[in-house]
Amino acid sequence: MTWLQNNTDKVVDLLLSHLWLSALPIVLGFVIALPIGWYANRHRRIRGVLLSAAGVLYTVPSLAFFLILPSIIGTGFLSPANVVVALTIYAVAIMVRSATDAFASVSPAVLDAATATGFAAAGRAFRVELPLAGPVLVAGLRVVAVSTVSLVSVGALIGVNNLGSLFTEGYRTDNDAEILTGVIGIVILALVFDGLIVLVGRLLMPWATASRTTGTSLRGLARARR
Amino acid sequence: MSVVSDTIDWFSDSTHWSGDDGVPHRLVQHLGYTSLTIAIAAAVAIPIGLWIGHTGRLRGLAVVSSGALRALPTLGVLTYASLYTGIGIKAAIFTLVLLAIPPLLAGAYAGLESVDRQTIDAARSIGMTEWQILTKVEVPLALPLIVGGFRSSTLQVVATATVAAYIPGPGGLGRYLIDGLALRDYPQVVAGSVVVIVLALVLDGIFVLLQRLALRNRPAPVRSTV
Repeated sequence: MTWLQNNTDKVVDLLLSHLWLSALPIVLGFVIALPIGWYANRHRRIRGVLLSAAGVLYTVPSLAFFLILPSIIGTGFLSPANVVVALTIYAVAIMVRSATDAFASVSPAVLDAATATGFAAAGRAFRVELPLAGPVLVAGLRVVAVSTVSLVSVGALIGVNNLGSLFTEGYRTDNDAEILTGVIGIVILALVFDGLIVLVGRLLMPWATASRTTGTSLRGLARARR
Repeated sequence: MSVVSDTIDWFSDSTHWSGDDGVPHRLVQHLGYTSLTIAIAAAVAIPIGLWIGHTGRLRGLAVVSSGALRALPTLGVLTYASLYTGIGIKAAIFTLVLLAIPPLLAGAYAGLESVDRQTIDAARSIGMTEWQILTKVEVPLALPLIVGGFRSSTLQVVATATVAAYIPGPGGLGRYLIDGLALRDYPQVVAGSVVVIVLALVLDGIFVLLQRLALRNRPAPVRSTV
């Protein structure tokens, strides 16, 4: 506690960087994965290929991913961009699978009914399919959020400052309070992101039942790695 | 790209293929940590997961604990543990086991959960003991998901064992990444990353085959005629 009181400014700074480094991949991952998942759900053959590709990308270990990216996209070895790009790719990889499941969970009869009542293709996608796929999308996004917040800390090893820097510094200076502050900060941040996603989900979809979300998030957990 | 050609040079240098710092030795170390970890974690997680799945008791505990464990940042747990265990592989093994448990638990539990209740009731009604139901009905039917748990957890451990090289003591492939960064020897960093990524992909491929095998060897599904 004393350590935290004496270093509040530093911890707040690191917390803010951690916030940005995780928020960016979570949001980007969601936005990129949504249309891919929608498309994959409609084209069986592409679906298999896309899902295998996502699986392969997610298999790449994080530290190795951060360090191989500079040779591929030409960033510096210690650039925060490596962390953001790698985590966005992981987020897309998890989210494409979730989004495909989410759109597949929408009953075809409902879609036919929407077409029959005069929805055009785009209107049907945004105003019928998207809201009905919502609960499963929320479940997937929760898995993405928790794993991203935790993975950002590995970025500290390549000199990208975030709460994970408290681990490397605490380890070097033999300071367990500093490391513990980082662990607790990251867990709290993960819970805040998770709570925020659940809250936004409830506000946008007041009809969705909680039980359904729990079921899919468990399956998501069983599937998600690292 | 000079880094790419330097990396190719690194691989063609025969000194990198022999001795304690050579790729074969580091690879064997890495696989050694991984197998030891999975063996310990499986000894803990599989019986508990099977018990929860078979009896249906403490389901909430399984879900919550795997969720909470996933939010824990690995680097934080690793550095914190190593302040108490000192230099050596104890902290690394402890952290890796902690990480390997949730996917194994989820796989075993979700696998048993996925078995059709009617099948279990049928087994019970023809006079099978609970032990026979577990070993002759539930486990064979749940095998693909149990193997899936091993797959997730192995890849998680391979990735995290790389990060574990941050603390001195454990060798493994992560040394190339951590030492290379410290020395600004980027060809070594990239070469090490390539080896780690290839290892992860190969292991994933092996597990895909095992999962297919598990799927093929399980009893044929009996269609309900209701």
